Amino acid sequence: MLTHERQRATVEIKLTGELDHNYANQIRPQLDDLISDPTIKRLVFDLDELHFMDSSGIGMIIGRYKLMARRGGRVAVRCGNRQIDRIFEMAGLYQIIEKLA
Amino acid sequence: MNIINEMRIDFLACPENESFARMVISAFILPLNPTLEQLGDVKTSVSEAVTNAIIHGYGNAGGTVRMKAQMDDSGELTVDVIDNGCGIVDIQKARTPFFSSTDESERSGMGFTVMESFMDEVMVFSEKGLGTTVRMRKLIDAHEDAVAQHA
Repeated sequence: MLTHERQRATVEIKLTGELDHNYANQIRPQLDDLISDPTIKRLVFDLDELHFMDSSGIGMIIGRYKLMARRGGRVAVRCGNRQIDRIFEMAGLYQIIEKLA
Repeated sequence: MNIINEMRIDFLACPENESFARMVISAFILPLNPTLEQLGDVKTSVSEAVTNAIIHGYGNAGGTVRMKAQMDDSGELTVDVIDNGCGIVDIQKARTPFFSSTDESERSGMGFTVMESFMDEVMVFSEKGLGTTVRMRKLIDAHEDAVAQHA
């Protein structure tokens, strides 16, 4: 499930459940709609309640990173799941996006 | 080494079955009493292999994915994910981190890298036009004596 919250130039997206290729395909249009306003400069993914993610999640987040970078915006991730954190580390994701505690 | 359990399942190569395959492999290895990390490693690796079969093997055009799994009395799990799709021309290239052959946007190219990191061994057998088999092995048994026996 996807919930969102906007505060000024920041949109925070909370994802629950399992982020795989199937789920990434399903939520991509909604996600892009939520950040379509060019005044949004910061996108935060709250993944604390995500139970599973594979490399499809990496693709989805890098895709949004590119979108935000084009407008001078940034992306951050909050992730309490160790398994998911390992995949981010493996892909070097934290070199381009901020890791929140 | 004696095989203590095995299974085989065929399912349609559609994205909905990615989570189905993860549930099946989880249920299969549960009797081995895996740690949460081991369970996550296997689920993630199976998810990668099945997603590859659907997107790359069959090009999102259906087909049948076969998953076979086997466990032996040393606690070692072997999983085969098999498709009869297009095959991989250059396996070494396919296994390179961040390489993706597909036009489908936003593939990270990290699938094989994830499998190789989370499983003990990953073998790829493929022939152009005939399909691909990804064979993965991992020692699941968390008990110390079983690990010592294996070493």
